[in-house]
Amino acid sequence: MPSDAVLREVTLTLPMSADMEVQASQSASALARSIAMSPEKIDEVRLAVVEACINAFEHSHAEDSQVDITFCVLGREDEPKALEIRVHDSGIGFSPDTVVEPSIADKLKATRKRGWGLKIIRGLMDEVEIDSSQHGTTVVMRKLR
Amino acid sequence: MTETLRLTVDKRDGYAVLYTEGYINNQGGEEIARVAYDLIGEGYRGLLLNLAGTKIVNSIGISILIEVIEKMLEVNGKLGFCNLTPTIEKTFHIMGLAQYAGIYKDEAEASTGIKA
Repeated sequence: MPSDAVLREVTLTLPMSADMEVQASQSASALARSIAMSPEKIDEVRLAVVEACINAFEHSHAEDSQVDITFCVLGREDEPKALEIRVHDSGIGFSPDTVVEPSIADKLKATRKRGWGLKIIRGLMDEVEIDSSQHGTTVVMRKLR
Repeated sequence: MTETLRLTVDKRDGYAVLYTEGYINNQGGEEIARVAYDLIGEGYRGLLLNLAGTKIVNSIGISILIEVIEKMLEVNGKLGFCNLTPTIEKTFHIMGLAQYAGIYKDEAEASTGIKA
């Protein structure tokens, strides 16, 4: 996948405000449709984008209160092979290795039932990478066509 | 851009069906929980969420649905879901919801499983 070329790229900057994640998911959906991705895969990409945006909105504490999203069609010789989405915030960052994977049995007993975003993203996308530091976080997600 | 959830309820013999239409986010989840708790208060112990009109449920909305599942377990009731998109069903399985709530193809399949 890394050797594939970027055939098309769309960038979007959104304010961290209510339901902006839906806007991002609609852009992802449009680009995925343009490469004839299956409706089921498009829905999976949409939800993964929603979750990545919500994580940025809720946890980044970014001073600029915005998220930058880059959608790339990857492939070779005009043949699309995958959709890559990068969701970037300029917040305080986190250590992905320290995030405890949630379980439904624990959550049913817990006061706080949230914390599912990364698990859902990893379950829906083919590849997920997280690059995070005190200068911000970038979640890179890829879905094969 | 906001997608407000529309929710309608059909009370039946032994259970109630909640029909959703739109995005289930935190507000949508709270609305479902409010209606579900009212139904539990009225004595219903079987609740079926028909999500035919919902294409996206985010993790905040699902977290609130987990609260409803917890409440149903407390009252020895049953919560079920039907008419899920493949992605919502996959997400519920990723999260393990199927261990504590019924997931059915449609209302006909759900009706026998959900009656308390």
